[in-house]
Amino acid sequence: MAWNLDSDRPIYTQILEEIQMRIITGQYKSGEKIPSVRELAAQAGVNPNTMQKALTELERSGLVMAQRTSGRMVTEDLEMIRQTRNKLAYEQINDFMEKMKKLGFDKEEIVALLKQAEGEKNE
Amino acid sequence: MSELVEVNNLTKVYEKKKVALSQVNLIIPRGKIIGLLGPNGSGKTTLIKLISGLLVATEGEILINGSKPGPESKSVVSYLPERTYFQSSMKVKELIDYFADFYQDFRPERAKQMLMNLNINEDARLKTLSKGTKEKVQLIMVMSRDAQLYVLDEPIAGVDPAARDYILRTIISNYNENATVLLSTHLISDIEKILDEVIFIREGKVVLQDTVENIRESKGKSVDTYFREVFAC
Repeated sequence: MAWNLDSDRPIYTQILEEIQMRIITGQYKSGEKIPSVRELAAQAGVNPNTMQKALTELERSGLVMAQRTSGRMVTEDLEMIRQTRNKLAYEQINDFMEKMKKLGFDKEEIVALLKQAEGEKNE
Repeated sequence: MSELVEVNNLTKVYEKKKVALSQVNLIIPRGKIIGLLGPNGSGKTTLIKLISGLLVATEGEILINGSKPGPESKSVVSYLPERTYFQSSMKVKELIDYFADFYQDFRPERAKQMLMNLNINEDARLKTLSKGTKEKVQLIMVMSRDAQLYVLDEPIAGVDPAARDYILRTIISNYNENATVLLSTHLISDIEKILDEVIFIREGKVVLQDTVENIRESKGKSVDTYFREVFAC
């Protein structure tokens, strides 16, 4: 899968988000090994030190764990993965709410619109 | 341990009083990929040739592992010139033997693997290769050494975008963790994602040395965009 990196944001943040996404969507499964820093850097076409930094941050958050022998694996804590997923969902919702408020909708209107849009889709 | 490269008050004046570099101070650490960026004629190639020991400084000094450029530094510095020099009727595989004779740290298997990945025939004669293919072969030779410092002058300028990606990947996956790659380029957008640091050079002077992430974070723009601003004509 391709790594789409924007040119105007720090690379490190974007790699972090991408790996998080891969864990949440199950591309990297709970309890399984993830590719090495070098492999991931080559795949993404980014500097290995930047990739290292992103993985270290993910380790700190607990989403991946360093293994004694070598490499890293995705946490076995499914609850943590679920929480990360929820956190990302809230971020999306906040962004969405911000934009809708700019368009002049209040909360009730937004909820009503959402239901309406979903209803139309299902028809 | 001393710094990989330390440049102190370096000045280079060519004949006819052309000042190519003026009072340059730099430290190039180990284990980094560093971009040397600047407009045409800013002194990039001069600096690279001084580090590679091909030119002698007018004033100031360069220290590689703490000592001045010489046979010792040349054995740890792998240099890619900006021009291809392959005009001979030598075959690609003979070139591999040639490099293996010359450099103790040359790894023929690595060169052969890369040639295969880029579909370059080892039995082809150098002078029959296209310009882009010559560049690829030359870069493969240079990257197949286990050097401490790779100095690459415009390594991807003449190759097609697909091979460019492969070459950048090669640089990322081949260099050893304690080695540094210093490369000059004006194709910044293609290359900035693989860089740790950039050095901006203008009219023979260093105007900036910073990490790519710092620039992106503090300026909110890519190094490529920032470069265009700094060097706007």
